[in-house]
Amino acid sequence: MSILVNADTKVIVQGLGKTGQFHTDKAIAYGTRMVGAVHPSKAGSVHVFEGATDPSGVPGRDETYRVELPIFRTVREAVAETGADASVVYVPPPFAADAIMEAADAGIRLIVAITEGIPVADMVRAKRYLEGRDVRLVGPNCPGVITPRECKIGIMPGYIHTPGRIGVVSRSGTLTYEAVYQLTKLGLGQTTAVGIGGDPVNGTDFVDVLAMFEEDPDTDGVIMIGEIGGTAEEDAAEFVKSEMTKPVAGFIAGMTAPPGKRMGHAGAIISGGKGTAAAKVAAMEAAGIVVAPTPTDMGQAMLEALGR
Amino acid sequence: MKIHEYQAKQLMAERGIAVPVGRVATTVEEAVAAVRPIVSETANPVVVVKAQIHAGGRGKGRFREHPELGGVTVVTAGIDGGVEAAEEAVRELAAKMLGSTLVTVQTGPEGKPVNRLYIEQGIDIARELYLSILLDRAVSHEVVMASTEGGMEIEKVAAETPEKILRADIDPCVGLLGFQAAALGWGLELEGPAHANFVRFVRALADAATEWDTDLIEINPLVVTADGDVMALDGKMAFDDNALFRHPEVVAMRDVTEEDPDELEAKEAGLSYIKLDGTIGCMVNGAGLAMSTMDIIKYFGGEPANFLDVGGGANAEQVATAFQIITRDPNVKGIFVNIFGGIMRCDTIATGIVDAVKKVGLEVPLVVRLEGTNVELGKRIIDESGLDVISASDMKDGAQKIVELAK
Repeated sequence: MSILVNADTKVIVQGLGKTGQFHTDKAIAYGTRMVGAVHPSKAGSVHVFEGATDPSGVPGRDETYRVELPIFRTVREAVAETGADASVVYVPPPFAADAIMEAADAGIRLIVAITEGIPVADMVRAKRYLEGRDVRLVGPNCPGVITPRECKIGIMPGYIHTPGRIGVVSRSGTLTYEAVYQLTKLGLGQTTAVGIGGDPVNGTDFVDVLAMFEEDPDTDGVIMIGEIGGTAEEDAAEFVKSEMTKPVAGFIAGMTAPPGKRMGHAGAIISGGKGTAAAKVAAMEAAGIVVAPTPTDMGQAMLEALGR
Repeated sequence: MKIHEYQAKQLMAERGIAVPVGRVATTVEEAVAAVRPIVSETANPVVVVKAQIHAGGRGKGRFREHPELGGVTVVTAGIDGGVEAAEEAVRELAAKMLGSTLVTVQTGPEGKPVNRLYIEQGIDIARELYLSILLDRAVSHEVVMASTEGGMEIEKVAAETPEKILRADIDPCVGLLGFQAAALGWGLELEGPAHANFVRFVRALADAATEWDTDLIEINPLVVTADGDVMALDGKMAFDDNALFRHPEVVAMRDVTEEDPDELEAKEAGLSYIKLDGTIGCMVNGAGLAMSTMDIIKYFGGEPANFLDVGGGANAEQVATAFQIITRDPNVKGIFVNIFGGIMRCDTIATGIVDAVKKVGLEVPLVVRLEGTNVELGKRIIDESGLDVISASDMKDGAQKIVELAK
C-alpha cells in the first residue's frame, strides 16, 4: 500500500514544453504510467519518448522504452481517451491556476502542480473552486509525489528512493531529497514521499498527508519537514498530538532566517512575529515529535522516533 | 514589491478611495511649489512634510544629520504668516530632509537616504483607526483587519488586546460584502455619514486589493475627520511579485534605490539572495536546503553571511554570478557550497564553481559538499581543476569545516 499514487495510477501531463518534456521523459523512464499530454498548440500529434529505463524505477521492465504519448487540446478529451486519474501541471505561472481548475472540472482525482511562481490570488480562487469537488491538489511549487518503484509524478530524482514503510511529507524540495537519501542509507525505505510545496496557498497541507499516512497500514512512521512562515506545522503538531498513533519525526528550516524577508519560497516569511522556526519546533516537540537538530540528523531522528 | 506612500495614495485616488491632497517633490523647489496649490485647494494653511522611504516608523524616526527632526513634520507657520510663511518653512525643512538619512525602528541603525518628500494637506483628525487587507494563510483567502486603535503598532494591539481587532473574511467569489463592511464600521463605533463613508472606503479598497494583487495593504492610521470624512492618512502597499507581470503600472513605480543592489542583481540573474551580517558565504540549491545550511552553520558556532538559492536548474553562468555576489561582501571569510543535485547535476555545479573561481579569484577558504546526480563526475572536475577546494562528506562535515576555517 501507499498513499495518493501507486502502480495503477494513470497520469497525464499538462504543459508539454521544455520542462514538461524533460520530466515526462524521466517519469516514463522510471515506469510511471504516463498516458497522455494536454498542450493545445500541439494537440493531435504524438510526442515520442525513448531511452534507457531507470533501473531504480518500476521493476521487471525492458532495458529501453519507446512511448508515443498522444497530445490533446483539453483535459476533458485526454481523460475521455485515456482514462487518466491523475495530472501533473508544468503550465507556466500565468496560466497554471486555470490548468488546475480545468483538471478538476474534467474529473481528475489527483492534481500535482509543480509550477513555481503562480500569483497568490490565482491560487486563492483555484482553491475555492476545488472546494466541494472530489479532487486533491498537491502543490503548487512542489517536487511532486513518489511511491518508490511504482509511480513518480514530479521532478524528484527517482534513484534516491527505496520502497519501505516510512512516509515523507515536506514543504521543501531539496530537503525532501536530503531526508529520503538519509532514510535510504539507514535502510528505511519509503511508502510515499509527498512535497506539499513552498507557496503560502497550497492544495494539501501537512495535516491532510499525516491523516493519510495514519490510515495507511503499510506506513510505520512519518517524517515531516517544515520551514518558517504560516502555522501549518503548528496545526500538524496539534493533529499529531490528538489524532496520530504512529511515531513522527521532523525538521524545521529557517532558525536563522531574519524576519520580514522571503527566504526563496513565497511562503517562507516571518511576518508580524508569526511563523518563526522556534515556535514551530516548540509546538512539534510538545506534541512528541522527534525534531532533528540539524538537517543531517533527519534520518536519525526517524530512527529515534521509531524507538530503534 | 513595495511602493512609497505617495504612490499608494496615487493608486487609491485613481479608484476614488479617499486620500488627502498632496504632491511629491524630489527637490527643494518642487517642495516649495507644492504648498500654494495644496493650500488653495483645501483652504487650509497647514501642510505636512513626509519623508518617503520604504520603511515604517517615520513619524518617530529621526534624521541622523538633524536629530531634532522627525520624518513626518507638520508645518503650521501658514496659520499666522499666510502661505508665504508656509512656503518658507517647507523650504527650510526640505533642504534639511532631502539627501539626509532617516533612521526609524524599521530601517535598522544604518537608516535610509531620503530622496523624495510628500507634501500633504493638514487634516483635522477626530479619530485614528487601523485598517489592513492581507492573506490569512490558515484559511487561504484574504481578510480585512480593523481596529479602533489607529496609529499603534498592530502586532502590539493583537498581543495585548486581541478583542480590539475586528476581522472580515473575503470570499474570492464575491468579494467583501456590504453587510460585512457595515458590521466592521459599527464595530469601529462609526455612525451616520462617517459609517457610510467607511463602508464605501473599505469595499473599494477590498476590491482594489484583489485587482492589484497586493500582498498587503495597511492604512495606519485611517482617519475620521471632524466632518465625518474617512481617509487614508498613511498608506503602505506591497505587491505579490509573482503577479507583477500583469501590472505594468505597478512595476513602473519600482524605486530601485530602495532595494539592496546585490539582491537586485541576484534577482535579475534568476537567483534568490538575501544579505545577512555573518562571515560565511553560502551557495545552495533549493530554498529549504539554503535556509537549513544557514542554520547548520549557526549550529556549529558560525554566522551565515547570506541566503543564496541558485534554484533547481542553474547553469554555470548563474553559479559564477552567485560566486561574484558572495565574494564581493567584505565580511565573507569563508564559503560553503552545499548542493544536493536532484535534477541539477553535480558536474554542472562543479564546472560553474571552477569557472567562477578562475574568473573572480578566491581569497577565502572554500568548502564544497556535493551529493546526488553525477556526484563522482562533479568531484573529479573539482579535483582536477587544481583549485584549493576542501571537500565535505556531508552537510554536517562541511559546516564544521567551514566554521573552523573561517575563524
